[in-house]
Amino acid sequence: MREPRWIKVGSYLVLTIAAIIAVLPAIWVFVTSFKVESEIFSTQVELVGRSGITFANYEFLLTRGDFQQWFMNSVIVAAAVTVIGVFLAATAAYGLSRYRFRGRNSALYIFLVAQMFPGIILLVPLYNFFVSVGLIDQLPALVISYSTIAIPFSVLMLKAYFDTIPFDLEEAGQVDGLGVFGGFWRIVLPLSVPGVAVTAFYGFVTAWNEFMLASAFLVSRDKLTLPVGLSTFIDPFNQPWHLLAAASVIISIPVMVFFFLAQRYLISGLQTGGVKG
Amino acid sequence: MRSRSWVAWVFMAPTLIAMALIVFLPLVQAFVWTLTDIDRSNMGTRFKEASWTFTGLDNYVTALQDPDFQHAFVWTIVWTLVNVFFHFTLGLLLAVILNQKLRGRTGFRLMLLVPWAIPIYISAIGWSFIFNGEFGLLNNFTALFGIGRIAWYSEFPWYYVAPIIVNVWAGVPFMMVALLGGLQGIPQDQYEAARVDGASRWQSFWNITIPGLRSVSTMVILLGIIWTFNLFAVIFFTTRGGPAGKTNILVTFAYQVFNEGELALAATFGVIIFSILIVFSLFYRRLAPERA
Repeated sequence: MREPRWIKVGSYLVLTIAAIIAVLPAIWVFVTSFKVESEIFSTQVELVGRSGITFANYEFLLTRGDFQQWFMNSVIVAAAVTVIGVFLAATAAYGLSRYRFRGRNSALYIFLVAQMFPGIILLVPLYNFFVSVGLIDQLPALVISYSTIAIPFSVLMLKAYFDTIPFDLEEAGQVDGLGVFGGFWRIVLPLSVPGVAVTAFYGFVTAWNEFMLASAFLVSRDKLTLPVGLSTFIDPFNQPWHLLAAASVIISIPVMVFFFLAQRYLISGLQTGGVKG
Repeated sequence: MRSRSWVAWVFMAPTLIAMALIVFLPLVQAFVWTLTDIDRSNMGTRFKEASWTFTGLDNYVTALQDPDFQHAFVWTIVWTLVNVFFHFTLGLLLAVILNQKLRGRTGFRLMLLVPWAIPIYISAIGWSFIFNGEFGLLNNFTALFGIGRIAWYSEFPWYYVAPIIVNVWAGVPFMMVALLGGLQGIPQDQYEAARVDGASRWQSFWNITIPGLRSVSTMVILLGIIWTFNLFAVIFFTTRGGPAGKTNILVTFAYQVFNEGELALAATFGVIIFSILIVFSLFYRRLAPERA
């Protein structure tokens, strides 16, 4: 089809404006993180402060004991959730993908409905549960909560992925003496690397970004995760913007790297799994 | 496909046990608590006997009669509809544009994904910096357009507008990508056939594109509504529900009540939110043109 010229021009115009709006706030925070505190409070729009680029904000944060501790806590929680979440979701998804049994449809439906649970409804009873088992103010409370919260979406996505892998492959494997678990572990999982990558990414991001439960379950300053720790910096009357900006960059970079590595898989996964359910 | 169902249950057991313990049991417990007067002082600890009592539906009456709750309820609905409307329309516009053969398409697509890649609470903090009344970037533009400087988080109606701007910014990429996937699933020959029949571009859009996106749209709009309704971080990290609680949506209000120690009331809020979403999605599945 011959494109009229105005469509092409209009398309580029809209894309350019949209791309600027999408990227500009991120760039602004990024450049701000390299300014000295006093130059942030300027009404002039400057990409680089008058005294040039400074790494002082990063140095200050990265040498602070509490920020290091929060970063480690977040890494530990997110890593544990990634591993446990993938394992739980993959086994369940395999059962749902490879077997027809009574209660299968109900199980699928439950996973769908579970995506609707507001975190807030779990907040009160989970708080009580962790108090009673002595896990309040402990990182395992978060690992347990986040792994479970990430499960429904992950199961549906991995199931859709497993569905695309022909069953013949496992049958062939069984002829060669692989058991049922061997078929899952040696054949289906290795063929599902993109699906597993997305599930891992989803688990990691869920854990890395969650604030509400963490702020309710964690008390001691050395136990906080990054979102909760960062929120202790926030002071409506005197925001330390230089630190918030640098912290934002430090916190976002791991996620953005993963995101752009995983985005191709993420998108095709969303299209086959998340969206079609 | 196999039918030895006990093996399937073995595969699913760890997950189902975890879900039962961490999601469903707490859900039942939350519901029971809504019928009590439990709070942080009478919940009981290892050192102190619990002393709460059953109070019937009192919490529901308290919640529904509270003007702050009613205000938060209305604002939550406005918040959800406005956000999802802009997510969907802007996402569709960008998806249609990106679905053409354009030079630099990949580059544009990657840039447009940036808001999705950033943790949502970080976006909210970053935007708060941009909204700042004295030196925020945005007020340089409003000044340019002659609106003057705006105190975004304390002036009506801007304290409602500001969190919506943040969330529209953050939420468009997901819709764009999902709809782009839907567009790529529409067979090209339908457009060819329409062109042969002399259909205009606009007619093709309404008669081929829109119906072709129906099932994807049904699903992403439902998901968008549920997510936005429950979206805690944007409100909490921008206006914090202020000024004077006016921008609290139900989940941030419930969190505030929880922090005040009113566990039973917070649980009641949770159950009400959940009920609203369940009822809504049942209606939605019935009204929606296709299986969502």
